[in-house]
Amino acid sequence: MKEMLMIIMAAVLANNYVLVRFLGICPFLGVSKKLDSAVGMSFAVIFVMVLATAATWPIQRLLLDPNGIGYMQTTVFILVIAALVQLIETFMKKSLPALHKSLGIYLPLITTNCAVLGVCTLNIDEGYTFIQSLMNSFGSGVGFLLAMFLFAGVRSKIEENDYPESFKGVASTLVAASILSVSFMGFSGMIDNIFGM
Amino acid sequence: MENKKSKLSIFTNGFIKENPILVLVLGTCPTLAVSTMASNGIGMGLCVTFVLFFSNIFISALKKIIPDQVRIPCYIVVIATFVSVLQMLLQAYLPDLNKSLGLYVPLIVVNCIILGRAEAFANKNSVVDSALDGLGMGLGYTCALTIMACIRELLGAGTIFGHVVTANLFSPMSIFVLAPGGFFTFGCIIAALNKLTKGRVKEKQAANKCLGCPGASVCSKVEEGGC
Repeated sequence: MKEMLMIIMAAVLANNYVLVRFLGICPFLGVSKKLDSAVGMSFAVIFVMVLATAATWPIQRLLLDPNGIGYMQTTVFILVIAALVQLIETFMKKSLPALHKSLGIYLPLITTNCAVLGVCTLNIDEGYTFIQSLMNSFGSGVGFLLAMFLFAGVRSKIEENDYPESFKGVASTLVAASILSVSFMGFSGMIDNIFGM
Repeated sequence: MENKKSKLSIFTNGFIKENPILVLVLGTCPTLAVSTMASNGIGMGLCVTFVLFFSNIFISALKKIIPDQVRIPCYIVVIATFVSVLQMLLQAYLPDLNKSLGLYVPLIVVNCIILGRAEAFANKNSVVDSALDGLGMGLGYTCALTIMACIRELLGAGTIFGHVVTANLFSPMSIFVLAPGGFFTFGCIIAALNKLTKGRVKEKQAANKCLGCPGASVCSKVEEGGC
C-alpha cells in the first residue's frame, strides 16, 4: 500500500510529467488558455493513459518479450495507442454522447501526445509490475491535470498584465511555465523524506 | 504555387522562415528535455533529421497509394519504422548518446515536427522536394536546438561541448540545466527573436497556430482559431 501511494505521489509531484520530465508540452502550451478545455483535455489524458497502459503492458510482457521481439516496442505501442483512442472515440460517440461532447474533441489529439507513449515506455523501462504500472499511469495523468489546472489559472492572470511587447505570445507562456516549474522542483526531495526512504 | 518555389528556397525554408522550433514552436518536449548539453542537442537534432528525411521521402513516394481516410495511421507506421531503425543503430554504434537521450529517442515517433511535415508538405509534393524539405527542417531544428543547448550548458555548467570556457569568471547557475531553466531559456530566445524581427515571428505564430499540429486535420477547433 505504502509503495503504491509512493508511486502515485512521485508521479504527481516529484516527477511531474509536464514540468519535470517535459512530456506533453504541446497540449500544455496549446490547450491551457481556457480552464474548461484544460481540464477536459486532462481528464481525457488520464483516461487514455490508464487504458493504454492496461493494453501495452501485457503486450510487451506476454507477447513481445517471450518472442524476443522487444525492439518492436515503439511501433507496436504507438499503433495500439492509436487504435485504442479511435476505439474509445467511436464507443463514446455511440453510447456516451454527453461525455463525447466534452472530451471527444481532445481524443484525436491525444494519439500524438508524447506523455501517453512516454508513460507506456517508462513503465516497461522501470520494470514496474502490472498494478504498479497502472498506478504510475494514473498518477502521471493526475500530475498532468494538476499542471494544466494551475497553469490555466496562471495564464488567465498573465493575459491581463502589461509586459514587454516582444514577450507577448509564446514567450511569456514559457517564462510563466518556468516559474511554475521552479515550484515543482521543491517536491523532488519531499517524497523520499515522507516515506523514509 | 508550390511548383514555382525553387529547390533552394524549399531547403532554406526550414532554417529561417519556418524554423520548426523557433517559429512554428513544434516538438517542444524533446527540445526542452535534451537541450541541457550541446552534444545532446546536436545528437537529438541529427536523429530527428534522419527520421524526418526518410519518412518524408517514403510518405511522398507512397502518397498515391495511401488512402486519404487512413493516412495518419499510415504515416505513424512509416515514422515508427524509421525510429526503430534509428534506435537499433544508436544502440549499436552510439550507446552513450542513446543513454543520454534515453526515452526521447522512441518519443521521436510522436514528435509533431515529423507528422506535421508529412501532413503539411510530403503528401502534396514530389519526392525530391520532400527530401529537401525534410533535410532543411531537420537541420533548422538541429541548429536551433544546438544554440539553445549551448546557452543552457554555458550558463548552467560553464562549459560548451564539455570544454570549460568560463574559467572562473562566474559560478555556473545550475538551475539552467534543470527544468525551469529550459522553459526560461526557450522563452527568452523566442522573445529575442520577436524583438529582432519586429514582431514578424509572433504574427506568424499567431496565424499558424494549427499549421504544425498533427491533430489539425481532425480537430474541430481549427475553424475557431486554435485551441
